[in-house]
Amino acid sequence: MIEFQGIEKRFAGVRAVGPVSFDLPPGATLGLVGENGAGKSTLMNLLGGNLQPDAGSMRLAERPYAPHGPAEAMRCGIAFIHQELNLFGNLTIAENLFLTRFPRWWRSPFIYRTGLRAEAGKLLAQVGLELDPHTPMDRLAVGECQLVEIAKALAGDPRLIIFDEPTSSLSTREAERLFALMAGFRRQGRSLIYISHALGDVLRLCDDLVILRDGLVAGRGPARDFTIPRLISLMAGRVPEATAPAPTPPREPAGAVALAVRGVSRPGVVRDISFELRRGEILGIAGMMGAGRSELARILFGLDAPAAGELRLHGRPLQGATVRERVRRGMAFVTEDRRGEGLCLEASVADNLALAALPAFARGRARRIDRPGLQAALTPVKAAVRLTADADGRAVKTLSGGNQQKVVLAKWLLTKPGVIILDEPTRGIDVGAKCEIHELIRALAAAGTAVLLISSELEELTALCDRLLVLNRGEITATLARAEFDQARILAAALPGERSA
Amino acid sequence: MRRATTMPVFAPGWRPRWGSECLILAAGGVYFLAAAPFIPGLASWENLGNLLSNLLPLLVIAVGQTLVLIAGGIDLSATAIMAVTSVAGAMVMRGVPGHGLVAALAGVGVMLGMGTAVGWGNGFAITRLRLPAFMVTLTSMMFFSGLALWLTQSQKINGLPAAFNALGGNLAVELILTTAVVGLTAWGLGRLLAGRWLYAVGHNPRAALISGVPVGPVVMAAYAFSGGAAALGAVLLTGRGETGDPVLGRYLMLDVIGAAVLGGASFFGGRGGVGGTAAGVLFIKLVDNSLSLQGCSHFTIMMVKGGLILAAALADGGRRRLAGEDQGGRA
Repeated sequence: MIEFQGIEKRFAGVRAVGPVSFDLPPGATLGLVGENGAGKSTLMNLLGGNLQPDAGSMRLAERPYAPHGPAEAMRCGIAFIHQELNLFGNLTIAENLFLTRFPRWWRSPFIYRTGLRAEAGKLLAQVGLELDPHTPMDRLAVGECQLVEIAKALAGDPRLIIFDEPTSSLSTREAERLFALMAGFRRQGRSLIYISHALGDVLRLCDDLVILRDGLVAGRGPARDFTIPRLISLMAGRVPEATAPAPTPPREPAGAVALAVRGVSRPGVVRDISFELRRGEILGIAGMMGAGRSELARILFGLDAPAAGELRLHGRPLQGATVRERVRRGMAFVTEDRRGEGLCLEASVADNLALAALPAFARGRARRIDRPGLQAALTPVKAAVRLTADADGRAVKTLSGGNQQKVVLAKWLLTKPGVIILDEPTRGIDVGAKCEIHELIRALAAAGTAVLLISSELEELTALCDRLLVLNRGEITATLARAEFDQARILAAALPGERSA
Repeated sequence: MRRATTMPVFAPGWRPRWGSECLILAAGGVYFLAAAPFIPGLASWENLGNLLSNLLPLLVIAVGQTLVLIAGGIDLSATAIMAVTSVAGAMVMRGVPGHGLVAALAGVGVMLGMGTAVGWGNGFAITRLRLPAFMVTLTSMMFFSGLALWLTQSQKINGLPAAFNALGGNLAVELILTTAVVGLTAWGLGRLLAGRWLYAVGHNPRAALISGVPVGPVVMAAYAFSGGAAALGAVLLTGRGETGDPVLGRYLMLDVIGAAVLGGASFFGGRGGVGGTAAGVLFIKLVDNSLSLQGCSHFTIMMVKGGLILAAALADGGRRRLAGEDQGGRA
């Protein structure tokens, strides 16, 4: 179907990809894996026409293929479903689907709305989305948006569909729905390229695998020849100690209560949440997308007000405390939206690192920043998260996802928090950075920090946490001690409509 | 750690070594050198003194605007604040008996206080009532322009105390005052907590809020500062004209914003600085000055100035692309 022959791409003289050669048989599903920065996205952008190669060539269905833009790639039958969705929230589903080719009355500028609805309905049916095509996009859940994006790709009847990290923001059920859809596309004879960090999914879904490392093919072959440990060792170029993060050694987190939550409710979001988080403890929160995990975190951090309930930090009430007061009293919050809420992307690494701890380094009535003091405090923190020292003056947006997340963590480490809330701290970052962040979380807890860890990855939760809360539709449906961790049990408590014993 | 690597840290914003101010400063220099042989008197000491005294009030006002732009806002009311504080100050000074130092001090105090208060009110409406900055400052511009004319029935107010007139009429006093205010602002932006917070709020208010920055008060302070700076500009210009003027600064608004944007400030916030704005002010006033020496009318000057500002903005855009500043790509 598609064939890469010695493809190479450089950015400002630095080789990003290549030379890479491999091919994908018609109707097959190819899994493309590699750490962030291994060149997966670059390679797919070459295929999708967003970039042009510096050397080598591609062949599509036995014919030379050199697209000059995404439109040309689309005409050749290649559809690209990006990790970040390119949809307009203010427009309807149908308008998003037909943005560039609205059905019109003859050749007039007037849109033929009846035809639009019918055409859009047909596309939505293909992806199994039963919604009125005239629903505004911003009323849709993330998973539904993903399906709209796929429907949009199907409009061009593509021969090859590229999925770039499609499941990273989906719940387990939404992901299963997507996989079923992909199986359908395969039966229709379409070729698929599937890029994901979820290696289990890749092994399950794909016929062939290509593993990229530093822009080169580090391994390839039929999926059945690979195991997760082998994939990881090929991706990382080293032998991993374990596939899942190694479990935290058993210990007694018998510290004093750091954060006490009693009967916290917010209509439509969470109901009657009570728990205690102790110093030195890692408390996990599991649950499906939309179970209210992030919403709970926002309430705890004072970004949203609870309608009822009581919060205490180190025994003192938190009622009415602003975010600023919470930060001063030792709370920290790593949000799930790293780029939107965690970082000032345009600002330098150093400015981002310093931001939360700035008041502690402001001297005198004028609140002058003690720059040598700040610099001195930054050095050990940067070392702790293994950020390269020369990054200081660079804009954060130029860093990889993993390094960006390390900047967010280091920013909070600098405030020496007593309670840290981590919402999906390892989402969308590469294996290496992920391991480092896991180690960091353990080190924080070992030093006496109370850690509240929200994650969609059960392996991460069961390996790291001392205790686990399962949230389901805004309520705690299970509280499990380490000895009781069991994936089936957690899932049973987390799945809507079911209750754990 | 080498000094070279520690230097850019905690400097205003993130800037390449070749910032916008350098380019605009260079453009001003080239323009001056190119125009000097053809415009008699441009390079004379007398004219340069003139140029300096003309650009100082604009510099003060533009620095105020720069702070608001860094916070991601815009202050369209700056010139209306000038007009209303000018007449209010003049009325107070006329009302205080003696026309001496006391009257001058009262006048300056009222003007600065009023300007700051109006600016703070803008900030309050924007942060607490959550209205768009453009709407808030546009309506306050309309209101206070009207108020200034209504208070005076379109009449100028003469007979201000000599001590007050000396503030704007004496180049040395004006220079010291302006340098002090502008220098302190530049230092504060880089070194004070408030300055660092201002940039963070401009870059990403949500991230700033979650990092414990008091976003609302910071934004309000920026508008209050802009109002105060406009009032200080009004003190200088009112003193120079020796009259309370209900339409003071009516043509200045675009110069103010133009200077700040030429100097690297962005409507999207987080960018800009005092140095850049000073370079922008210098460029704009140089163009103004050279064209009026040529005997061009106000309208011709407006047209040519518009073109030159556009050209400078285009050149700066080109420079940013070359420096890779606008590329959002991740490494």
